[in-house]
Amino acid sequence: MNTVIFRTAAPYLTALMVVFSIFILLRGHNDPGGGFIGGLIAASAFAIYGIANGVAPVRRALYFHPITLAGFGLFLAALAGIPSLFAGVPFLTGLWTFPRVFGVELALSTPMVFDIGVYFVVVGAITAIALTLEERHES
Amino acid sequence: MAGESAHAIDLTGVMVEASLQPADYLIVAPVVIPILFGALHLMLRNRSVNHGAMAIIGMGLLVLATFGLLQRVMDTGPVTMTMGRWLPPFGISFSVDTAGALLAFTSAVIALGGAVYATATATALEARYGFFPFFMLMMAGVSGAFLTGDIFNLYVWFEVLLISSFGMIVLGSDQRQLDGTMKYAFLNLVATTMFLVATGLLYGMLGTLNMADIWQKLNGAEEVRGPVMTIATLYFLAFAMKAAAFPLNFWLPASYHTPKYLVSALFAGLLTKVGVYALLRVSLMLFADQREMLALFIAWVAALTMLIGVLGALAQREVRRVLGYLVISGIGTMLAGLAIGTQTAIAGVLVYAVHSMIVMAALYLAAGIMARLSGTADMAGSGGLYAASPMLAGAFLILAFSVSGLPPTSGFWGKFVLVKSALEVGAWWLAFVILLSGLLTTVAIFRVWIFAFWRGGPEGTPDGAEAWTINPLGEKFRLHASLTLGVLTLMTLGLGLAPETLLSAAADGARGLLYPLSYIGSAFGGVGQ
Repeated sequence: MNTVIFRTAAPYLTALMVVFSIFILLRGHNDPGGGFIGGLIAASAFAIYGIANGVAPVRRALYFHPITLAGFGLFLAALAGIPSLFAGVPFLTGLWTFPRVFGVELALSTPMVFDIGVYFVVVGAITAIALTLEERHES
Repeated sequence: MAGESAHAIDLTGVMVEASLQPADYLIVAPVVIPILFGALHLMLRNRSVNHGAMAIIGMGLLVLATFGLLQRVMDTGPVTMTMGRWLPPFGISFSVDTAGALLAFTSAVIALGGAVYATATATALEARYGFFPFFMLMMAGVSGAFLTGDIFNLYVWFEVLLISSFGMIVLGSDQRQLDGTMKYAFLNLVATTMFLVATGLLYGMLGTLNMADIWQKLNGAEEVRGPVMTIATLYFLAFAMKAAAFPLNFWLPASYHTPKYLVSALFAGLLTKVGVYALLRVSLMLFADQREMLALFIAWVAALTMLIGVLGALAQREVRRVLGYLVISGIGTMLAGLAIGTQTAIAGVLVYAVHSMIVMAALYLAAGIMARLSGTADMAGSGGLYAASPMLAGAFLILAFSVSGLPPTSGFWGKFVLVKSALEVGAWWLAFVILLSGLLTTVAIFRVWIFAFWRGGPEGTPDGAEAWTINPLGEKFRLHASLTLGVLTLMTLGLGLAPETLLSAAADGARGLLYPLSYIGSAFGGVGQ
């Protein structure tokens, strides 16, 4: 796996995949996609970077420990149910708002926050597993 | 993409229209609080923040939320919240009645005690490897299982608490623990699979997973065609295995003595009782007719569980193994109530469940303190602990009275009600087994007390001589452990001396389980069914 071609291409590939994973995450509510599949794509991006350049650079680039990201995701997902309290509807009821930003209508909602939470849980958990396995492989 | 049309869909008639008070959030708070705190613990795992204090805050909030919920349910009857506002049976409901709220509150109190105890015992390494996140998420699973009104959701909460418990039981990973974990994990997964199979069959038969809806379909005018009896038996098998009933009890004594003492205490206090609760909810509320047919079988299982439990306890030398068998014996006592099935008996089961949660957790914590003092888990190897800590000896004595079912403790009332209800229906032999197992429990637990506290020293010390080695306890551990153990002991004593509140709550819970019309009403409330 240590070819020059792979090591040169890996950073671009990783960046591209992370961007694509965010695209997949955001289109998820009404189209195929969403937090889970987006998270898997992002996790495989980090795994590819780890295979090409070693695990230490990935950990440095991520800054946070993957499990911390997963915890953040869980926190966000649980928090996404709370705004319903203030709207007087049951827990986890989808609340939507459609603000216009620069003439474009944005669909912001609590399901989206929940989905972003799922995204982080999947990224964190799968990356943690993948990096640990790669580390073992390296040593 | 969410275009212009996305918010023009007509949603009338598919969503719950009933208005919601902020107080209704108490229904879901016992799940949300532990999840939020678990996530926080996970994020701050490597930081040198005070994890114990955070856990105490989290569990304190959980106690308040479940207490508020219990109050509300006792005041207004069962309450329901359906997530995401989709009408049941499509939306997932949390339906809480007195039985569920009572057990959720008790488990929250024990978890708070556990958090206080953990503050003094959990090492930085254990915090790093996720003791607190596992603890919090296990509590989310336990609370969720007590509160949910959807049978597949019950399965999910079982999974949540099971996976968290795997993490807790293996933490430390010495050889004995890995051995115990394998047995625990494998056999619990078998039980969970059976639970899932039964749920699949039930869904195939009725096309619904909401418990209120299942009840309506099973008790409706239309005759149900399908293997109802098979499903009911499968559920009984799955939950009996989780509750550790004979002959599926062998995973419990093989694993509960291996992890940290606190983890054993939490498992013994909470997890097997979730199995008992699920049995009550499913066998009693959903499959009432089938339970009646199985009653004699359940009675045999109960009697054998009680006897195997105490006989096993008599044969052990290690304190935690004795306690593990006593947990099993207690499960048998509760199953006896399920077999009898009258309202008094079920009230007795609930009283006994609350009592058993408190006492078993407290006994395991006491065993932890004893092991620290004497440096051994073997009861014959310790001795003379009375001199080391008269308070501990006193607390253990009260707990021993309680677990044997002697007055003036909470254990007495549970057994009293159960024996009374057994005699009422003429099941004198079951009453006899309950009393016999009580007698043998007394022998088993006082054997521990005499060996560990009363004797002058470890095995081999000549009569009249005093030769013990006592390890000093840390200041912090002494404070936290005696606080936790003291409060739990006072609770069992208090419930024994003033049982009226508990008895009336349990009677209310039993009525709700046997005649669930108000439960059904609350699940479909606001839709005019």
